[in-house]
Amino acid sequence: MPIIRFAERAPFRNPWAEFERIRQGLDELSKNYGDRGRQQERSNVFPALNIYEQDDRLIVTAEIPGVSNQDLDISVEGETLTLKGKRENAVAKDTPVSYHRREIESGTFSRAVALPVKIDLDNLSARLIDGILTITLPKAAKATPRKIQILSE
Amino acid sequence: MSNQDLKAQPKTPHAASTEEATKAENYFSPLVDIFETPEAVIVIADVPGVSQENVEISLDDNILTIHGKMTDQQPVGRVILEEYESGHYMRKFTVAETIDREKIEASLAGGVLKVMLPKQVPVQPKKIEVKMG
Repeated sequence: MPIIRFAERAPFRNPWAEFERIRQGLDELSKNYGDRGRQQERSNVFPALNIYEQDDRLIVTAEIPGVSNQDLDISVEGETLTLKGKRENAVAKDTPVSYHRREIESGTFSRAVALPVKIDLDNLSARLIDGILTITLPKAAKATPRKIQILSE
Repeated sequence: MSNQDLKAQPKTPHAASTEEATKAENYFSPLVDIFETPEAVIVIADVPGVSQENVEISLDDNILTIHGKMTDQQPVGRVILEEYESGHYMRKFTVAETIDREKIEASLAGGVLKVMLPKQVPVQPKKIEVKMG
């Protein structure tokens, strides 16, 4: 006959052990997200931009498929670059069609970015090829690095 | 619909690219609209950076494959901001309707690919008249 000892003490539990377990779980979770860290820092403002800096210019690129030249408005004011535009729906509203999938959104967008340097406002250029917008912003003469001649006597 | 503000949608890596590619290239699954008219099934896909000669569309049995090679060169320079990655595009669909293969058409404009898959006209049942003997 088994003897049940009611008086037996529960094994000692560290009250903090549970917290430790939760912390480890959270660490693991954030590590998983960390792998996709670059995804996290993306803003959801359209369009997503990449900006590259070269010695004498900044290059801004964006993927804006389905936006036509006429519907796009790019302006630079001071050190702020503004992109505005709209994407038309591919199907005219009144055509009766039945959708199987609808993932592409249409609508308007407006985005302003602060540029890190002063821009030469007279020599901007932008091109839109295959849905990729490339804006070239030459730096203002003041902002381009100037080579200093060292005179030797 | 057109007053709505556009949101940047993160690119989804192509699902079937679990096998490792020999080249370190990104494959994304393009966003698509698929709709049907009485005459055709139309697939619209966003493939920015893909030029006309680099699109491959195939209909094998009933699997429609859209494959776009992105050839646009990334600018050189110090990266100040990187919000998107560029890469190739690949997506496959099972097409339920019977498609007239001979008449498939595709066009590309401004990074948007449009594939027209005309439905096959069903063969008209032939009525056989029974003559009196």
